[in-house]
Amino acid sequence: MVDERGKVFLMPKLVFREERCKGCGLCVLACPKKCLEITKKLNNQGYPVAGLVDPDRCNGCALCAEMCPDLVIEVWK
Amino acid sequence: MKQVFKRPATLKDVPFHFCPGCHHGLIHRLVAEAIDAYDLREKTICAASVGCSVFMYDYFAVDVCESPHGRAAAVATGIKRALPDRFVFTYQGDGDLAALGIAEGIHAAHRGEKFTIIFVNNAVYGMTGGQMAPTTLLGQTTTTSPFGREPQREGYPFRMAELMALAAGTAFSARVAVNNPKNLMQAKKVLKRAFEAQLNGEGFSFVEFLSSCPTNWKMSPEQANRRVGEEMARQFPLGIYKDISSEGGRPER
Amino acid sequence: MSSPKMELVNGNEAIARGAIAAGCKFYFGYPITPQNEIPEYLSKHLPEVGGTFIQAESEIASVNMLLGAGATGARAMTSSSSPGISLKQEGISYLAGSEIPGVIVNMSRSGPGLGGISPSQGDYFQATRGGGHGDYRTLVLAPFSVQENYDLTALAFDLADKYRNPVVILADALLGQMKEPIILRPVTPQSFDKSWALTGAKGRPPQFLKSLYLNEGDLTRHNWKLFQKYQQMKAEIRFETDLTDDARMVVVAFGSVARIIKTSIRMAREEGMQVGLFRPITLFPYPEEALFRLSQKVDHFFVVELNTGQMVEDVKLSVDKGARVDFYGRPPGSIPTPDDLLEEIRKVY
Repeated sequence: MVDERGKVFLMPKLVFREERCKGCGLCVLACPKKCLEITKKLNNQGYPVAGLVDPDRCNGCALCAEMCPDLVIEVWK
Repeated sequence: MKQVFKRPATLKDVPFHFCPGCHHGLIHRLVAEAIDAYDLREKTICAASVGCSVFMYDYFAVDVCESPHGRAAAVATGIKRALPDRFVFTYQGDGDLAALGIAEGIHAAHRGEKFTIIFVNNAVYGMTGGQMAPTTLLGQTTTTSPFGREPQREGYPFRMAELMALAAGTAFSARVAVNNPKNLMQAKKVLKRAFEAQLNGEGFSFVEFLSSCPTNWKMSPEQANRRVGEEMARQFPLGIYKDISSEGGRPER
Repeated sequence: MSSPKMELVNGNEAIARGAIAAGCKFYFGYPITPQNEIPEYLSKHLPEVGGTFIQAESEIASVNMLLGAGATGARAMTSSSSPGISLKQEGISYLAGSEIPGVIVNMSRSGPGLGGISPSQGDYFQATRGGGHGDYRTLVLAPFSVQENYDLTALAFDLADKYRNPVVILADALLGQMKEPIILRPVTPQSFDKSWALTGAKGRPPQFLKSLYLNEGDLTRHNWKLFQKYQQMKAEIRFETDLTDDARMVVVAFGSVARIIKTSIRMAREEGMQVGLFRPITLFPYPEEALFRLSQKVDHFFVVELNTGQMVEDVKLSVDKGARVDFYGRPPGSIPTPDDLLEEIRKVY
């Protein structure tokens, strides 16, 4: 992807399988950059799902994915 | 772009039934990752136990034998003696290993049976609704220790990693936790060493995972993780209690 | 053709040798009187045939080791005596529920509780009614001689594999401790499909063995499936009739009692009584049809057991409603002589 200054870099990409999320919040705790939050969105199990609050801060360390008990998050870098 | 975190092949792509924040999901994944790391999936046979982990066969893409409550170590003995070149492990909770199955676990260690016990210690009986376990902490209230565990009334908790380390047949015994990223990464290393003890034919290997049970502890996942790191780790210190491959087998932190 | 070689063998040892002859490679057990010759013999001789012997920490541990080894498709056995068999009941229920083969030998002693070490037939209900929890059955074979100890133990392994079910050998202290000359015939173990066994998911999808069925309807179907299997087991019914062709009264007895009765009925015949013996060899499935057919010709049965009344119930269920069924029960404590039983036969004839 290209930013407005023409610099090409690749943002780490997180994919959330929201239907698997149980809103436990362990990913939020694990993130060293405080990028994550439990959103107000409910999945079809009735759980509020986790999501990125600020994608720009994410450096793809994948600690959120490592700490998620339900393998909700996939990480690309 | 490459994927830096993905589901291990040994873990089936199905939702876990565990409660929000329960560490079973993490421990299942770590065990599956270790199976993948050593390319063991096609030669692994698991002796499952009874508790929240009774549905192992729904999650692990390996052969699984259901065992009566507490008897997984005996079932694993039968399996490993029948097929010594397969990779065999049990996955047991507090009641299964430290109550019903204490004899089977300790005798397997003393016989030096070449399989690995994964022990999930969450200081409570989860599946049955939160009763006291042999590993319930002093002072902890449960549905059958409503006044808080006291030695005179309920006796002392079992320290299984230490107990297993005492057996001469044990090649490796350790206690780990998965309540924060640092502990989780250490747990991965420890688990691999335990698997190696079996793969190298060194003897019995044992890994105790301190684990949370937010539902029965009546805590949020965050509070539960803190309890694992603080209160639990104080009564059950993390570390390696026996490793015959290192000189002296000093506990490492 | 030379006559087959006979060897004087102890009853318990004959069971161990029957197991080895049938290709049993795994034995897990725990010492208990009166069956210790079984683990002792196997501890020495099983390794000679490449087998594995484990003296486990308890009867519970050993039946669960049996479950594990059986789950991999191996031929495995455990043995004990009455109180230890009580300990194994949960494991046997799991074997039956998960359809894992295994052979369990009960050299019965006296009960209830610690009881004594003399022979008894007090475990008949435990063996034939499932013993553990849930709606299951095990095939039950009841030898009455050291030769049958050997032959029926060897047969048990084929039956366990054929039906994917635990098989119980129900004998007693007398049959375990006595010595008789027997023929140790070579056994050709049959082979059965073991694609269900847990051997590692190489070249096939992973599989599991379990008895837990929580989804709606699954356990109901599973129980009916097991029930159908137990009906099919009727093909294995075995029994012996001795002097029943012209009998006016037939004694029904199994195991060690039956061999004593064989002498008693001959003594009775010398006194002019027309008495015969019907000896069930499979206690489950019970030879009810054969006994019923016999009750169309004979209307008087006399059940003799070393207990206060267990098999007599199956006899009453089997025979024609018009038949008379007398019972002589001898709880454990002393073994009856042929004269003792002849006296009882006289009383009811």
